[in-house]
Amino acid sequence: MARPRAAQAWLVLALALLLPSYAHADDPAQIAVVWLGLAARRDIPSTALIQPPADEGVLGARVALAENATTGRFTGQAWTLDEHTAPDEAGVLDAAHAALAARRRLIVTDLPAPLLLKVADLPDAKDALILDAADPDDSLRAEDCRRNVLHLMPSRAMLADALTQFLTVKSWTHILLVTGPQPADLLLAAAFRASAKKFRVKIVADKPWTFIEGARRSDTGHFAIEAEVARFTQGIDYDVLVVADEADAFADSIPFHTTDARPVAGSSGMVPSAWSPVFEQWGATQLQLRFLKAAHRPMTNRDYGAWMALRTLGEAATRAKSADPAAIAAFIRGKDFELAAFKGSRLSFRPWDGQLREPVLLSDPKQLISVSPQPGFLHQVSELDTLGVDQPETKCRM
Amino acid sequence: MPHVIIPVVAAALCLVAGTAYADRLLVSNEKDNTITVLDADSLKVTKTVPVGQRPRGIVLSRDGKSLFICASDSDEIEELDLATMTITRTLESGADPENFDISQDGKTLFDANENDATVSFTDVDSGKIVKVVQVGVEPEGMAVSPDGRVVVDTSETTGMAHFIDTTTGDVLANVLVDARPRRATWTPDGKFVWVSAEVGGTVSVIDAATHAVVHRIGFEIPGVTKEQLQPVSIAITPDGTTGFVALGPANHVAVVNAKTWEVEKYLLVGQRVWNLALSRDGKWLYTTNGISNDLSVIDVAARKVTKSVPVGGLPWGVVVAP
Repeated sequence: MARPRAAQAWLVLALALLLPSYAHADDPAQIAVVWLGLAARRDIPSTALIQPPADEGVLGARVALAENATTGRFTGQAWTLDEHTAPDEAGVLDAAHAALAARRRLIVTDLPAPLLLKVADLPDAKDALILDAADPDDSLRAEDCRRNVLHLMPSRAMLADALTQFLTVKSWTHILLVTGPQPADLLLAAAFRASAKKFRVKIVADKPWTFIEGARRSDTGHFAIEAEVARFTQGIDYDVLVVADEADAFADSIPFHTTDARPVAGSSGMVPSAWSPVFEQWGATQLQLRFLKAAHRPMTNRDYGAWMALRTLGEAATRAKSADPAAIAAFIRGKDFELAAFKGSRLSFRPWDGQLREPVLLSDPKQLISVSPQPGFLHQVSELDTLGVDQPETKCRM
Repeated sequence: MPHVIIPVVAAALCLVAGTAYADRLLVSNEKDNTITVLDADSLKVTKTVPVGQRPRGIVLSRDGKSLFICASDSDEIEELDLATMTITRTLESGADPENFDISQDGKTLFDANENDATVSFTDVDSGKIVKVVQVGVEPEGMAVSPDGRVVVDTSETTGMAHFIDTTTGDVLANVLVDARPRRATWTPDGKFVWVSAEVGGTVSVIDAATHAVVHRIGFEIPGVTKEQLQPVSIAITPDGTTGFVALGPANHVAVVNAKTWEVEKYLLVGQRVWNLALSRDGKWLYTTNGISNDLSVIDVAARKVTKSVPVGGLPWGVVVAP
């Protein structure tokens, strides 16, 4: 199968080089993308009512695949997405082995960091391109970086910097940092601390959250929370409370319960993210409506990561005029790659750690509040590089 | 010769406040669901007409008697009678019509249906769709050639300009341009099509005969970031000498020599400058500024912004009508 497909790809490439514009291809070149997902149950512990959709992520990939296919009608490229979502690690690794054995080389993942590394380190994956559509882990962009992996979502360092830049602009420079007990919460808090140091804002109190809620949302449960949060925040002189709670276990309990009238940001209140269902600038409404029509639900951050991954492949295949995975991967890493992702700027990958350069939204559940980088944060290459780890500081050695 | 005469005439017009014409300016206000009507001489608002939901693209009928309006959220095209200033009927369009153009004979509207990835041909007499053409994702810019034979559509997410035969509906060519192409504009001699790329930050000049991109116009304004330079609407003077490019959030209009493709000047206008329209004599350029909710007036010969006028909420399109 691999040989005729490659031959087709070269034929299309040859035609593209001969003609000033695309000829209509009756025999399109096939581009097969593999989706690897871990069907981990991700529930929001603090509420039974609002839960993440089970198909979060992969639906974003499907919407982008349809867009690639529409463009592919004019470029002679046909797209497929082989979806493999397994309930456990073994299942994901089996699917990865099978896909790589079938010479699939374009892989989009929605996997936690340790499992992502296992896939990336498979011997057959050496010449594959793995687009990590979901994980914000900083170590994947540092000591655990891999030559064959690119990251679509902002890292925790970028999310933290986006928030801290905003706080700097507002002169809210005294922070009360509240950290949950989960490993991800500790990593996010570490990112907030590093960002505070970078932008010279002061963490005046750094407190772990230890209170185990009872039946908070049962009748009168809010009284217990109100008392606990008031006690927790008493006697501290701060401008803004920043909370690190990635699983949404308690962060939403904090606003309005603090002793002093202070805004909340981080995992509740004003949240930094790549995407928000309420975002409508730079043509984003069009993508929101397109997604809504296809999925019958709003587009989440995770959906957007997967959408960007598939669109990255689509954009590269169009511009490189090739269906060959190696040519697509080379173009994505090249200087001419730019992704239009409804953020008003050209997105590209940082060569030093494989991270996508991207603006970060700051929003609450009803509105976009701001977009970082904030005006005035300058950089000699791209202002987007004021978010996250810049080249001189990188610990990634590929 | 015209190089000498134009400034003189423009100066004369300024002195007599342009009394030679009693044209009207029609502005679609996306947020207010209205059309603002201004007297082109006095620049006073004479009427505000309520129309369908989210009016964006507007185009004048070839006889100048009515205005066609893309009522995007109503999924239809409305016809506004310019004598009575009332909506007289609705015409069919595909889902979410954003922008369109009209055939040279005035009989067909070519609509970009943003949510459908299609261009539809609406017959003006019957108000019915007579043809649907599949194009790239998020079609937006539409421009009919001066000879009426070709209509160019730009598809934003696909990143292409599609050249479509206006008789058969066949796609003649798909030309890859820079990221997020917003608008297409023909040069008056029909030899070139200029296509703006909002995210790419360029205007591609396409040879209409060979469909090759022969030049890319770039923009640079001191103190304005690269990301803010987002070309949208393009206007080229009837004599084909000068092009104007609205640069969106950069709040400037670029003045381009249409023969050498060199940018010669940047004019500061209102915030998020979006669409452009030239007066019928080519002496004045009007810009809609979406964030500052106003219209800027540019003296074409002097290359100066002479005035800004408040209009409705989120002004989108502007058209000059007799």
